[in-house]
Amino acid sequence: MSNKFFQPDRSKYPSTKGDGTLDVDLSSHKYTKIWLGPNHPGVTGNMAVEMTLGGDEIVEAKTHVGYLHRGFEKLIERRLFVQGFPTSIRMCVAEPDTNEYLIARSTEELSGLTGQVPEMAEWLRTLALEMARLQGLLRGVPGQAGTYSLGIGVQWGVYLRDLILDRFEELTGARVYHMYIIPGGVRGLLPSGFKKRMEDNLTDIDDFIVRIRKLIFHNSVFKARAVGSAVIPKEWINKFGIVGTNARASGVKRDVRKDNPYLKYSELDFDPPTATDGDIYSRTWVRWQELVQTVDLIRQIMAKMPEKGDIKGDMPNVLHWKIPKGETYVKLESGRGEYGMYYVTDGSSKPRRVNLRGPSYTHAIAVLEKMLINTNIADVHATMVSLQTCPPEIER
Amino acid sequence: MKSLIERVGTKYNLKEVVQQRDNLVFAYVDKELAIDMVTYMRDYEGYAHFTLMSCVDWIEDGYFQLLYLLNNPETKTEFGIKVAIDRENAVMQSAHHLWEQIWTYQRELKEAFGIDFPGSPRVDEDFVVEGWDEMPHMRRDFDTNKYAEETYFMREGRKTHDPATYMREKLYPNQPVTAKKNKDEQ
Repeated sequence: MSNKFFQPDRSKYPSTKGDGTLDVDLSSHKYTKIWLGPNHPGVTGNMAVEMTLGGDEIVEAKTHVGYLHRGFEKLIERRLFVQGFPTSIRMCVAEPDTNEYLIARSTEELSGLTGQVPEMAEWLRTLALEMARLQGLLRGVPGQAGTYSLGIGVQWGVYLRDLILDRFEELTGARVYHMYIIPGGVRGLLPSGFKKRMEDNLTDIDDFIVRIRKLIFHNSVFKARAVGSAVIPKEWINKFGIVGTNARASGVKRDVRKDNPYLKYSELDFDPPTATDGDIYSRTWVRWQELVQTVDLIRQIMAKMPEKGDIKGDMPNVLHWKIPKGETYVKLESGRGEYGMYYVTDGSSKPRRVNLRGPSYTHAIAVLEKMLINTNIADVHATMVSLQTCPPEIER
Repeated sequence: MKSLIERVGTKYNLKEVVQQRDNLVFAYVDKELAIDMVTYMRDYEGYAHFTLMSCVDWIEDGYFQLLYLLNNPETKTEFGIKVAIDRENAVMQSAHHLWEQIWTYQRELKEAFGIDFPGSPRVDEDFVVEGWDEMPHMRRDFDTNKYAEETYFMREGRKTHDPATYMREKLYPNQPVTAKKNKDEQ
């Protein structure tokens, strides 16, 4: 975990005790304990990292979560299937639409209604998920620049993300939490003139994408600090269950849209970008390329989708909906990686168990704690953003 | 998947095998064989990616259903290994030595369901509910409503509606309620 400016010196490290823990004596004044968070320093979310420092170097790190716990999974268990939708979307603030889709797909599959969703609704679901990815990346990629004090990138990103939120508002009536994807389909067709306005926004974003590239990747500070920093070796991918861009930046091409295609992804032309070095620079570079690719995917979707069509299949009355006993695991590729849901029903009108599996569950705990050892305290924030930590999906 | 199910099914005496989709299978295995099977699937069948560890409380039948969900990155398939654990003696062998992230799941399951995994790192540390001294909060017999009523207060002016009744009154305000009530509403 070193970069051009920081080379850790292991000789200053504490020894290990018999049980494998570090022999840290804080009263010796050789080590300091510092908490980062739970108020988040950028786009890392409300979580805390308890760090033991030797000088400005981290010798031990522990992730603490729970500051956002609202018991969503338990709440969903006590509600009708359809009532789970407005609750579930808050499990992931970064891309709430992913939860809508997973619950819709789980309930459809367990009710034996797979295949009932009309083609038009499938296209609109794909569009909503790619719009969600785009607004997430517009926050995440410039957010990485922000961790190295390139604040203008964050301001651009917030502006561009707002353009996509405008389109979401037009399509769904809401900016952040949409509840657009519902069991059996979606809530509405594209409003008149939507494609034209979306294309205007994408043209603006095209222009800024180039500026963002220059701002980040032509910047000597970013290069000096991000190259070689917070490396995920390729052999960690399976060992830690790393997914998404974090895996692809280490040379392991995994993308649920390609590996287990859902919705209309098999009809779209794209190849997930990869890199090999697995450091912060590589992860940012892969995400920047995905930004370009997502804009292209939205254009492809709008060009290929039919103009009209049914948006909802035949579904039972959702207020009297009972689903036979069963279980499934459904997943999709979110902007942060594989995002899955284990859904269990028992024949009643409420789910028996809903368990969300977000990428941060691994990335922000096991991976982060391991990765921060030997890291300079100044790089912690950049490391967390590069892993795309998102505590709500850990705490559920 | 069919040949895999036959092969592993014979080796580990799998029960209640359900192929949910072409690429997803769930099956029960005896508690004593579970970690051995998870290890075998990782080392010999290519299920090298650990996706999820979860639990379902089947309180009426007196057991917890633990799930180890494994993914094979080559065949793009998932295998869910399920284990039934007695609710009164909720202890399971730890699997933290197999994947680096498993201790996190086990720590959460200890807190949320009260299932112990002896030897698992930091298994007794609080996870998301710091300082919690009630019954493990994800167990079915933990009554969220009762807890909320006893712990918090209701803001004046707030109302709770039963969705079915509320929609019926909204859509058909003048129609007397003659329809047979849903079992859940009674």
